[in-house]
This record gives sequence, C-alpha cells and structure tokens, in this order.
Amino acid sequence: MNRIEEILRERILVLDGAMGTMIQRHKLEEEDFRKNWFEDHPSPLKGNNDLLSLTRPEIIKEIHALYFEAGADIAETNTFSGTTIAQADYGLESAVYDINYQSAKIAKEVADEFTKREPHKPRFVAGSMGPTNRTASISPDVNDPGFRAISFDELVTAYKEQAGALIDGGVDLLLVETVFDTLNAKAALFAIDEVLNERNVDIPIMVSGTITDQSGRTLTGQTTEAFLISVSHMNLLTIGLNCALGASMMRPYLQVLDKKAPFGVSAHPNAGLPNEFGEYDETPELMAAQIKEFLDEGLVNIIGGCCGTTPEHIKAIADLAAKYSPRKQEADVED
Amino acid sequence: MSKIKATLKLSGLEPLIVTPETNFVNVGERTNVTGSRKFLRLIKEELYDEALSVAREQVEGGAQIIDINMDEGMIDGKDAMVRFLNLIAAEPDIARVPIMIDSSKWEIIEAGLKCVQGKGVVNSISLKEGEEQFIEHARKIKRYGAAVIVMAFDEDGQADSYERRIEICERSYRILVDHVKFPKEDIIFDPNIFPVATGMEEHNNNALDFFRATKWIRENLPGAHVSGGVSNVSFSFRGNNVVREAMHAAFLYHAIQNGMDMGIVNPSMLEVYDDVDKQLLEYVEDVLLNRREDATERLLEYAETVKGEGKVRTVDLSWREGTVEERLAHALVKGITDYIDEDTEECRQQFDRPIEVIEGPLMDGMNIVGDLFGSGKMFLPQVVKSARVMKKAVAYLLPYIEAEKGGEQSFAGRVLMATVKGDVHDIGKNIVGVVLGCNNYEVIDLGVMVPTEKIIEEAIAQKVDVIGLSGLITPSLDEMVTVAKEMERANLSIPLMIGGATTSKVHTAVKIDEHFTKDQAIHVLDASRSVTVVEQLLGGKKSEFIKEIKADYTRLREHHEKSRTRKQLLSLTEARKNKFQIDWASESIVAPNNLGRKELSVSTEDLVPYIDWTPFFRTWELHGKYPAILEDEVVGEEAKKLFKDAQAMLETIAKEKWLEHKGIVGLFPANAKEDDIVIYDPEDSTKEISVQHTIRQQTKKAPGVPNIALSDFIAPVESGKKDYVGAFVVTSGIGIDHKVAEFEADHDDYNSILLKALADRLAEAFAEYAHKLVRTYLWGYSKDETLDNEALIKEEYRGIRPAPGYPACPDHTEKPALFALLNATEVTGVELTDSMAMTPTASVSGWYFGSRHAKYFGVGKITMDQVQSLAERKGMEVEVMERWLSPNLH
Repeated sequence: MNRIEEILRERILVLDGAMGTMIQRHKLEEEDFRKNWFEDHPSPLKGNNDLLSLTRPEIIKEIHALYFEAGADIAETNTFSGTTIAQADYGLESAVYDINYQSAKIAKEVADEFTKREPHKPRFVAGSMGPTNRTASISPDVNDPGFRAISFDELVTAYKEQAGALIDGGVDLLLVETVFDTLNAKAALFAIDEVLNERNVDIPIMVSGTITDQSGRTLTGQTTEAFLISVSHMNLLTIGLNCALGASMMRPYLQVLDKKAPFGVSAHPNAGLPNEFGEYDETPELMAAQIKEFLDEGLVNIIGGCCGTTPEHIKAIADLAAKYSPRKQEADVED
Repeated sequence: MSKIKATLKLSGLEPLIVTPETNFVNVGERTNVTGSRKFLRLIKEELYDEALSVAREQVEGGAQIIDINMDEGMIDGKDAMVRFLNLIAAEPDIARVPIMIDSSKWEIIEAGLKCVQGKGVVNSISLKEGEEQFIEHARKIKRYGAAVIVMAFDEDGQADSYERRIEICERSYRILVDHVKFPKEDIIFDPNIFPVATGMEEHNNNALDFFRATKWIRENLPGAHVSGGVSNVSFSFRGNNVVREAMHAAFLYHAIQNGMDMGIVNPSMLEVYDDVDKQLLEYVEDVLLNRREDATERLLEYAETVKGEGKVRTVDLSWREGTVEERLAHALVKGITDYIDEDTEECRQQFDRPIEVIEGPLMDGMNIVGDLFGSGKMFLPQVVKSARVMKKAVAYLLPYIEAEKGGEQSFAGRVLMATVKGDVHDIGKNIVGVVLGCNNYEVIDLGVMVPTEKIIEEAIAQKVDVIGLSGLITPSLDEMVTVAKEMERANLSIPLMIGGATTSKVHTAVKIDEHFTKDQAIHVLDASRSVTVVEQLLGGKKSEFIKEIKADYTRLREHHEKSRTRKQLLSLTEARKNKFQIDWASESIVAPNNLGRKELSVSTEDLVPYIDWTPFFRTWELHGKYPAILEDEVVGEEAKKLFKDAQAMLETIAKEKWLEHKGIVGLFPANAKEDDIVIYDPEDSTKEISVQHTIRQQTKKAPGVPNIALSDFIAPVESGKKDYVGAFVVTSGIGIDHKVAEFEADHDDYNSILLKALADRLAEAFAEYAHKLVRTYLWGYSKDETLDNEALIKEEYRGIRPAPGYPACPDHTEKPALFALLNATEVTGVELTDSMAMTPTASVSGWYFGSRHAKYFGVGKITMDQVQSLAERKGMEVEVMERWLSPNLH
C-alpha cells in the first residue's frame, strides 16, 4: 500500500521546506554554480540555484536528506526554475533536460535510501514546476495591455520538456506550484496531460496557487475559488496554496479549498512575512502553532513549508501533523 | 465521482456556479460582430478601447458570461479574438465573468482558449463534420479546461423538429460522456431557437419544439444544461421593440420553466414578464405555444398599434455630473478612458499651466488609487489600468506642456527607471516616472523584470544621470543589492535611487549603500520625494547632499548593529526588582469626584474642536503637521482641497446625523498587586470586580532607568493606600456602515474613504474629549487645566490613557475584561472580534492612569518567563498567550 493516493487517506503527508533558504546557508560563489558543467559560460550564473543539482549535487542531496530526516514524506526537486523560459535569462536553455533529469535522479536516490531504512514511511519525490518568470495573462508593458511576453504554446513547449525530463529522472509526483497566473498553470497542466498521454503513464499531479495578499486574489486577480475551478478539469491529487503568505494569513483561503475542492488539499506557507531585509524570521514553534489551527480544523492532506522554512520548521510541522488525521475528502465521506 | 464536482462551475476572476437553484445564467451578446453592427465597426476600425466599453456595459448591465464572436469575412478573426481577449484580461471589471468563445472556426476557438485563465465556455461544436472531428475537438476542449456548447446539428443538417433535436443531442451526449469522458455537467446543449410568426406554417411549432426538447434533455441527459440565442425567436418583428421585448420575456419564461438554464439575451431588449401588457402577453403566448390558428395574424395586427422604441437601458453615468476633479479621480480609480481627453481638456482650461493638471487633480486621483491598492480594495490589474488612464491624460497634456516651453524640449536630466528582475510590479515606478516626467526629466523606462546587465548596458549607452530601481516583492531587495554590486564592478558613478513597498531606508543603508561606493545609493520613500532627490543629486550642492545622506546611513547602520547585538533581556524577576519607584508613603493621591460608570453622549459638533488633523492627512499619504501642511510647498494645495472636502463632509455628518457617538467611562478603586492591578467595586472597595494584567519591560536598561509596567503607577496593596484607575470605550462609528455602503453602491470610493478617515478622527477626538472630562471633572485631579487643542495633541496634561494592543500594554486579550468592566458592548454597541479588533473600527478603548508620574512607554521585547507568568495569572494556555504576544517575544 505504498501508493501515495492510499497513504494520503491514512495520514497527513509532509512536504519539505525551502530549498533556497538552505542553499543560502552554504554561502556559495560563482564557481560553485559552474563547477564541471559550465566553466566557460559567458555570463554570470550565481543565483541560478537549479544548476547546483549538476554542479554541487552533494549539497542538494544533503538538503533533501535533512528534510527527510526532519520527517518530510515528500521532497521537491531543485527545479523551480527548470524551464527553457526561466533559464533563458542565463542563456542556459540547453541545460534544461539535464537540470530536471539530474535533480529528479538525486532526489529519488535520497528518497529511496530513506524508504529502505524506514519501509513503513516511504519517501516520495515531487517534480517542482515553477511559474516561470513570464505571465501569460498580464502585459509587462503598461502602455500595451494586450501585449504578451509569452504565449500559451511557448509555455506548453517549455513545460513539456521539463515534465518529460522529471519523469525520466524518476519523480513520483508532479507539482505545479506558486501559480500566480492561472493561464501559466493551465499550460503546465496541458503539457503534463500531453506527456502522460504520449507515454501512457499516470503520475499524480499537485497544483499549488499563490494568493499574493489579503485581497485574497492571485496576482492575475482570481479569487481562490475561481482558481480552483480553472484547474479542476484535471484529476488532481491535491490543490493547495503556497508562498506569499504566512500560515495564519493563508487560513481563510485554505478554508475555501477545504469546502470546495474535489481533491486533496495541500499547503506550504512561508515562515511568516518577510522583515525589512526580506528575511523570514518566524520560528518553527510559531509557525507550527499557526499550522496547528489548520490541523484542528482538518483543512489539509499535505502540509509543508515554502520561503524561509528549514528542516527545524519541517520537524516541528511533522511532529504536529503526526498527531492528526488528514482532511476528509468528499469521496471518503460518501463511501 | 464526488458530489462537489457535479455542477457546472465556470470562472473568470470570480466563480460562476450553475446549480439547480440558479434560475438562469444570462450571457451577454453585444460583443459579437455577427450580432452587433456597432461592435463590428469598432473591431474593423480597431477601436479596441470602445469595444472594451461594450463588454464593460454588458457586465455592468448584468451579463454573467460574455459571448465573444469575431466571425466576419472582413477581419482576421483569430487575430481579433486573441487581441480582444488579451485586452479583457487587463480589465478586472470585465474579466471577473467567464468568457464564452464563440466561433464556427475551430482555429479561432483554439486561439481563444489559449488566452483565458479562467474556465470558459466554447460556443460551439457539433456533429456537423462527423464524429471524428467532434471527438477530437471535445478532447482538446477538455484538456484546455472549458465547458462546451453543443449545437443540435449533425451530418444531415440542423435539427428543426422535436425528434431530430433529441436524437442529435442524445447521440452527442453519449459520445462525449462515454467516449471522450467529458464531464457531464460541462455539457450545454443549444437545441436551436428559430423564429416564430414568420407566416410559414412549418414554423408554428418552432418555440414549442424547443421547449419540449429542452424538457427532454434535462430529464434524460443527466448533468447537461440547455442554452440558446433568445433574440432569434422574435426575428419577424425586427423594428418593433415593444413586441420583441415581450416575446423575449415570454419565451424565456416558458423556456426556463422547461429547464433552459442559460441563454444569450440582450438585457436591454428584455421586458420583465410580469410587466408585459396582459393583452400583448396573451397574443405572444398564443404564438409561442401555437395555441390558435390565427395567433400570428392577431399578433401582427396588434403589433402595428404598439410600434415604439421599447425600453432604453443606459449605463450609470451619474459620475459625469461631478466636478471635473471628481470625474478625473473616478476615471482613474475605475480605469475608464472613454472621457479622459475631454475631462483633461476641461481641467486644462481651469488652470494657468497644463502641468498643474498633472500635479493637482491627476495626482490626487492616483493617490486614491494608491490607497485603495494599499488597503486591498484594488488589485494589480486595476491599478495598472489606472496608470494607463493617467498616461493617456498626460499624453493629452504633453503637447501643451511642450508648446509652453517653446518648441525644443530641453530636459533637466535623464533618469533610467526599472523594476528589477523577478518582479512585475511597476505602479510605483510608473508614478515616479510620471512625476519626474512632469518635472521635465527625461525618463527612460526599461519596464519590469529587467535583468541587471540590461540596466547597466542601458545606463552606459544612454548616458543617464540617475538610475531608479523599483520592486514590491521581497526578493527584489536582493536583486537591488545585486544591481548595486554590479554597478560597483562596472565602475558606474551614477546615483542609485531605491524605491518600492518593501524597500526601507534601513535596508538601503545596511545592505546596499555599503556595496556601492562609486556614487550614492538613496532610498526614496515615495513618488513625491523623487523630484527633490533627483534635483539635489543633479544640482550644484550634490556633494553636501551626499555627505548628509552618508552621515545618516552610517548612523542607521551603527544603530542597526547595536540594536541587533544589544537585545539583552532581563528575567522577569530581575526586571521586577528594577520597577519604577514611587514613594507611596509621601505620595498624595487624588480621589475621584465621581466613582463608578458614566455614559457619554456627544454630538459631532462637540468633537470637532478636538480633532487631531495630522494623522488624517497621513492617511491620505500627505505628510506634514497640521495646520502647516495647508501651506506646505509640495502638498499644500492637495491638503487644502482634501481639508475642504473633509470640512464639507463634517458639516453634513453633523447636520444629517450620519454618525452617532457613544461612550462610557468608569473610575474605580484599585491597587497594584505585583504586575497586576486589582479593581474594586466602586460601592464596596473591598470587593474585587476585575483584574488588569500589565506587562513589564525586560530590556536591560542603563543604570537608574527603570523597567516599567503600568502597574507601577498604581499604589500597591502593601502600601495601605487607596488608589484609582479608570477605563473607557468610545465610538464614533455608529451608523457608518450604512452610509459607507451607500457610497460604495455609488462607486464613490473617495467619499467612502473620506468618511471612514473622518470617523476615525472623530473617535480619537471623542477619546480626547472624554479624557479631558475625566481630568477636569469626573476624576478632577486637574480642575484648572487650560490647554488648547495643540497642547492636548502634544499631551501636555497629567495622566495617560494607554490602549490595549498599543506599546504600553500590547496584550490585546485584556480588552474583554475592560469591556466587561464597563458593560461597554451593551452601552456603546462596540463589539470585539475574535482577533480582539473593535467594530465599528472608529472606536477607541483604554485605561486611565491619573498619577503625576504616569507616562507613555513601550514594553518592547519580553521573554517566555513573563509569557508564562501572564498565562498563569490570566488562566490562559501558555501557547495561546505566546501567540498573542509573539510580536513582543525575543
């Protein structure tokens, strides 16, 4: 009974925490992002974290291990910006396959080690598919609101490449996350659907949107429920929210998903709101206290952390989640 | 399949859920080139702004979905569809409803599906070209995530009888459900609405067959919906709107009875069923239901007698009746460009110089936009729209501004503006750009998500004088550091301005300034400051200016470093040992004249003299002290106008009694017990009726400086002395909701904000008024106090009135006890929310301390041992207490 769909009915699964925050701890320099792979690349690569899966895989593996150690059931691959669109900023479109394939592979290696060690608690790998740095629904040019810097078709092409490589690398799930423009997410889902059909495989899909502020809307203006409806044509494993808000501010929007979603519900909030230096300083205890409210209300099936969260946060969350049963899905109720 | 999924759910920016209870979903039809000559002309002539207004009118007129059709031989339908849908995406008041992509060409449908983020409807597919294509298209639609309208049409043609309708619909349904696995609830049938009363006998059953087919579909094809284009039915009566409107009403009435739950109807061509003339209704229904042989002739005869225009529906244009300033503000807030040129022109003629239109009314309007955005009442696309209206107005004025300068434009300097990589927020940057542009600086705007290299390249290539970086999200802070570092590396001696919501002076000083030595990095607080900063940077006194900034930033850095390392806290026990000492043996305590509770009821006029206006202007982002602000060089004009509006509204508030002011104060015997204040019954000073729990400062202080808690200002039990404490709750918010709702219904955000801001001020004034009453009369320890309002605002009086949730007593959970002590909710109507906020919001509550030693202070950071102590004293869970006090925890 290692299928994630089944486990999800039994208990709350824990997603890992921030990758970026952990990478920052290593104080990496330009050469770390080039090592063995991009030594002669003409432009600076520092900050392109996804490359580290290739150039410093031991660091990424260590981070995955720390999160598993802390109690995470699911690790996200280090591929948030692993599309040709996002990598175009660095002139590294050609590295996209390797980034996704290797990121999936090393995450899966670590997951398998842990599963072997603790067979009662199998570990999973979710292929992280970020929003890219372009929006299909908003013009970057105020004077030309009808202009689009990216088209649906371009997004589908890019996401297909990413999804294909992640699947080749062995991911157990695909996670379309930090959705601030639902049209981008729909392109990702379109691409995934095509890839799965072409290969005749079935991989559970998670979608996680981002409510940007207290207006309760996505960046492109959709309410939580409108966002849910817009992606409900796919049979998702979970729908959820991540980033932008801390746990307490996310709660009203999770309640909407809890009430309306025909899928599982996930949440991976930030460690609070950033301070004036852009640092997240909410402590694990404080964050867990807020997440406790989600659990008391039975709002989620999968819980984890986004920006600013660390293995300490995930541990606090995992310890807490172990004491609760997952959100009842409508299908459960009707059984 | 779960229950949740089984209804048709569509979305634009907002959801549209079609449940069995939904009577009828009204689809707007005016944005259809085949149905509207006006819309066709607008698209042909590429007048997209006006075409958008057509869409907006539809939504404002009640359309829950808008149908968009670009099928016309003379236009490139695919291009027009994409362009129009992309433009709609930038109009939140249109995009809030789902889109119906209407075309007979699959390539146009598919192009449209790639533009909508919500779940829309495809209109339509059918078996016309055979099953294979039908299946292929249905699969694609499913993958794009849309619902679908299926026409009752097959290889043999359009269904024109009851039997053909149900045959084709059933066949289509089975293919979709069984083969394509299309969600049942996402299938909408259009069983063809054909004209009646055409004079041809075979058309007599057209409406009746539609009704019957509809009923059959709803009963036999589970989940499926029925839609149709209603105006077809009255085709024979073109030119006679009275009859057409009646026919539409009657047709819809019967169709809905039979299960039609969606339809394309022009709401301005629709009469209310019950309002249709009874005679006419009878004739119309005779035709629709084919009840009489001579039904058509009778209706035709009758029609001759009622020829007329029918009803004319217009969009609410009442905002056009306001002053030109109000109109501009409205256009900016609502993002309406239709009248911007004429309004700007009107405004231009009122001012001496065209530039004043920008600096005055247009900037005023943008300030309101900024506030609405800041308070979460507008979101990004709307604000972008406002910026566009602003740009249009500025564009209109530009030739006049240039003409005034006399031909050749010479700039005062060249400023490069960019929103940094990874960030799409540019409203602040655009406002700064507009403001600088209006002050004769040439602005080179690189847009949003600009990579560092591009900023540097352009800065060098264009020889700019200043670089301005903007960003709203927090990762942008780091991007700005990167830009600074790269500028340093590239040896660029160009001043660097930093702005945007998450930026701060501290961040610029600590994180950016140090990395950039080639010139100066400067944090610019808001758009209005950008001009002065740029002027100084480019002026003759640059070096002095920079010297000042350097000194300021160095001080900030040191301070920051200190506060970071200094945060040394005492244990609660240690802090208590260092309490604020009062020699109670020799202290004389004034006993109140009136112990107990007293209700207060005052009029708006009573409170006006006590208003502190400075925070009122701050609310509107006008910074400066009242009254000097009215003469302020920069914001004086704006402040004056605002002040005038405020005065006018205050007058109306008073005259028409918009707001009611209610309050209660109480004075009680009390003694301190450790850090708590025990409150006794005014009738029986041995009977404890409440306890106030105060929090003690724990920061390590310099020798001789105490660690204060509010309880230090009250004589402790062991002193043997009788002391007193007071409490109050006042509100000026009774009745505000109603008025605010009225304003909001009128889309009058300006007055709504104004009223709220004034109510807040009145509540504070009430608190000031009540405090004075307590000092001089009810308690009476300062009987002879004579202070003018300015002195009141400076708090030059004896005694304090700290409020729970504020620095001296940051614990919000003290409010319920305070309210209970005064029976405040019953008396004043003020209630506490779960998070201990007061509603109405224009309310103030707090404690009174009358000691001459009492002063305001901030508790600052505390440790867990005090949290535990408080939890114990208050009988609360430690975790709960900890959460409430988390902002104060070290």
